[in-house]
Amino acid sequence: MPEPMPREPHLSGGGRAPEDGAIAATGMGGTMDLATAEGETLEKTPGGPDGTGPSEKPRSLWSDAWRDLRRNPVFIISALIILFLLFISLWPGVIATQNPLKCDLAKAQEGSQPGHPFGFNGQGCDVYTRTVYGARVSVTVGVCATLGVAILGSVLGGLAGFFGGAGDAVLSRITDIFFAIPVVLGGLVLLSVVTSSTVWPVIGFMVLLGWPQISRIARGSVITTKQNDYVQAARALGASNSRMMLRHITPNAIAPVIVVATIALGTYISLEATLSYLGVGLKPPTVSWGIDISSASQYIRTAPHALLWPAGALAVTVLAFIMLGDAVRDALDPKLR
Amino acid sequence: MGRYVIRRLLQMIPVFFGATLLIFLMVNVMGDPIAGLCGDRQCDPATATQLRKEFGLDKPLWQQYVTYMGNVFTGDFGTAFNGQEVTELMASAFPVTIRLTIVAILFEIVIGIALGVVTGLRRGRPVDTGVLLATLVVISVPTFVTGLLLQLLLGVEWGWISPSVSPEAPFDELIVPGLVLASVSLAYVTRLTRTSIAENRRADYVRTAVAKGLPRHRVITRHLLRNSLIPVVTFIGTDIGALMGGAIVTERIFNIHGVGFQLYQGILRQNTQTVVGFVTVLVLVFLVANLLVDLLYAVLDPRIRYA
Amino acid sequence: MLLEVRDLHVEFRTRDGVAKAVNGVSYSVDEGETLAVLGESGSGKSVTAQAIMGILDTPPGKITAGEILFQGEDLLKFKEEERRKVRGAQMAMIFQDALSSLNPVLSVGAQLGEMFTVHQGMSRKAAKAKAIELMERVRIPAAAARVGDYPHQFSGGMRQRIMIAMALALEPDLIIADEPTTALDVTVQAQVMDLLAELQRELNMGLILITHDLGVVADVADRIAVMYAGRIVESAPVHDIYKAPAHPYTKGLLESIPRLDQKGKELYAIKGLPPNLMHIPPGCAFNPRCPLAQDVCRTDVPPLYEVTEAGTDRVSACHFWRECLHG
Repeated sequence: MPEPMPREPHLSGGGRAPEDGAIAATGMGGTMDLATAEGETLEKTPGGPDGTGPSEKPRSLWSDAWRDLRRNPVFIISALIILFLLFISLWPGVIATQNPLKCDLAKAQEGSQPGHPFGFNGQGCDVYTRTVYGARVSVTVGVCATLGVAILGSVLGGLAGFFGGAGDAVLSRITDIFFAIPVVLGGLVLLSVVTSSTVWPVIGFMVLLGWPQISRIARGSVITTKQNDYVQAARALGASNSRMMLRHITPNAIAPVIVVATIALGTYISLEATLSYLGVGLKPPTVSWGIDISSASQYIRTAPHALLWPAGALAVTVLAFIMLGDAVRDALDPKLR
Repeated sequence: MGRYVIRRLLQMIPVFFGATLLIFLMVNVMGDPIAGLCGDRQCDPATATQLRKEFGLDKPLWQQYVTYMGNVFTGDFGTAFNGQEVTELMASAFPVTIRLTIVAILFEIVIGIALGVVTGLRRGRPVDTGVLLATLVVISVPTFVTGLLLQLLLGVEWGWISPSVSPEAPFDELIVPGLVLASVSLAYVTRLTRTSIAENRRADYVRTAVAKGLPRHRVITRHLLRNSLIPVVTFIGTDIGALMGGAIVTERIFNIHGVGFQLYQGILRQNTQTVVGFVTVLVLVFLVANLLVDLLYAVLDPRIRYA
Repeated sequence: MLLEVRDLHVEFRTRDGVAKAVNGVSYSVDEGETLAVLGESGSGKSVTAQAIMGILDTPPGKITAGEILFQGEDLLKFKEEERRKVRGAQMAMIFQDALSSLNPVLSVGAQLGEMFTVHQGMSRKAAKAKAIELMERVRIPAAAARVGDYPHQFSGGMRQRIMIAMALALEPDLIIADEPTTALDVTVQAQVMDLLAELQRELNMGLILITHDLGVVADVADRIAVMYAGRIVESAPVHDIYKAPAHPYTKGLLESIPRLDQKGKELYAIKGLPPNLMHIPPGCAFNPRCPLAQDVCRTDVPPLYEVTEAGTDRVSACHFWRECLHG
């Protein structure tokens, strides 16, 4: 999961002055109008660029982001791909009428023919059907691993960031320990003894080795949010810890977690395939892209199509989640507009 | 600075022991360490007990760990499945993987940064969009698929390279495997450089440099690049450890007898000594690389003060 | 005339539309003269300055019309390479926020010396000596010892002095100072401003002082040009304008300065907000906020009227400048 997280340098100042220069800053096709770009006038004047009157609902980070997302073709495309994937994961039979486990060795490695658009794989199974059915396992692994990692990571990281102190120090060292262990190696070691053919050991392993990534993000995000003036104000007004966390910090600190988790979802799907290729991921009779790619790799020279179709499906899926994460990040980070 | 280094070194100690202990525990869950010692057949119970005693495997796990670490610090990493010293395996495997990693890092630096600079300076133009899409595709396709396809095309179909690397693994045979190993990081380096350049391009100090009447190439190399590359250098530095640990997939595809290959063999044959030994060294490499990156950071960015 | 800007128009083309940042600005500065350009944020004063320096971000910025005559030659007709040689050597700019405007990872000595190595081909060693000399000139204590320090190691006032030193390095004919003291502590502001004015006199440079601080202007400026929504609304010698402004906007600005003799009274504020530059009101851009506005102000753009009373050589873009002058 090599998502680059450039460290935040501890800079001394360097904020941009809100003068005319801000006009230049909106240059990358920005959506800020020039008056608000100056940081002086936050209300919109009636008859502003989008004709919004004073009756407009108060705008928040999330509603702004949603407005942005709806207009972003990258978001729309990736969201449509993901919806389609979810659909075929739930009801693969709608678009694939054959049985993915019904294989005919006589047809092994044959190419495309009527009724079998993607041809047959090394065991003579229909590649199209298996590719459609493979979505379910990949999506299950991706979604469950991400949920587990996100929940475990943000709870641990969030609490550590909120309370600080010794617990925080210990957790930071623990995350360091996990970061020091190469993921694929950890997977090889842990999963090499597993004989179960369900997806759960793989998911469990991903959660076990994946949570520190989210925990680190959540911790940093909570610490940043905690220092905001409005949170300090709430504290000064005597808000309880639980109220502060739920009402003030979580809604504002969760954005980076969502972005990173979305992108990580794609990498988990990819990781499942890698582990299957190394022979320690999922095992037949489970139908998964990883298994199919890995078995097809043995006869890649004679029947490359058996590898390309599941690999293509996998790549499109990973791509969709990365693009979704990217689009959400852009929408949530007004600086980059 | 000196105090900072010492503090960081002290912080490394628990992480080092934590990570190795974790691996030690994982490997012990993995399987029976003596299983491979009696050749292909099952050890008879008497021999097994004997062997257990000999290797100290009848003692509690924590004691085994302490003994093992004690041995490691005297340079004794134990014996591999075929009776070879683990250190001997390391001496043959690490140079290969280090060469592979060097090739990969060079790809990241040369191609990744160049593409990032070009696209960062031309945000929104066709070049930018094209490269950006390419990086997304590279990131989306699992490394082993990229590797298999490149091997098929370059090695088998077109015959430009030999599909598998010879045991000596000289640099020239490692070019394509290095590219495969670097591919995902390469894409990240490109994107990171691009973002960083595009962000800094609008920075006040770049505007000052232009206002000073500096030629464009000087504004870019001396002012823009110098600042923009700080996060990129950090990423590449921390990637060293990840590349060496992740080389297992690439090494398997191209049949390279490096660290990954030995680890894979060790795991297949359930040889604890090999696995723990190699991972211990990898963890150490990772930690040292991170420390160096942090120190490098101070050199590159004078604003950072280490207290 | 050292610098003459004629009918300059600058637009910013963004995804949401075209922002007209500068709409026909004309002003001039002579050698040794100080012109203060006054206006709120977004009035186009900084954009005009960037256009003169040739450091507009293009795109999205674009100069759509006008001339910038510098020592008689139109800079807009120069090739980029010729233009570059003018920048820094013959005209220089001082920015508002020295912390972000100086390169954080290069020593101040390197940043100052660069002017000499690039423009004059000096050796690094000679350039370093020059840098120390410059730092002494702007009165930075222990210049020789601090030449290798980085910007963040200096105080705000000292950093702004380094910016000034950098602008003065090649003794240019024209200096543009964009809010040079705004980011500084009040106590330091006067020192820095005095230093700038002194060096300007010494080198007989033209100075364009961009500010929204009327207090600074009165002490150092010869003339004032007031900008609003990308236009000059009033231009006059400094004393005339303080005595009797001939534009309601100038008047509003002057009245919003706190004054000791009006202690206890409520401070005046111009009502309303500056216009959105993508939708500048028709007629006089100031009309929605103007106490004197009549129907004609909502339809006709006021030309620059010669103000023939209360001083000479002054103009006002107000249909009712007389009323304003006497009101």
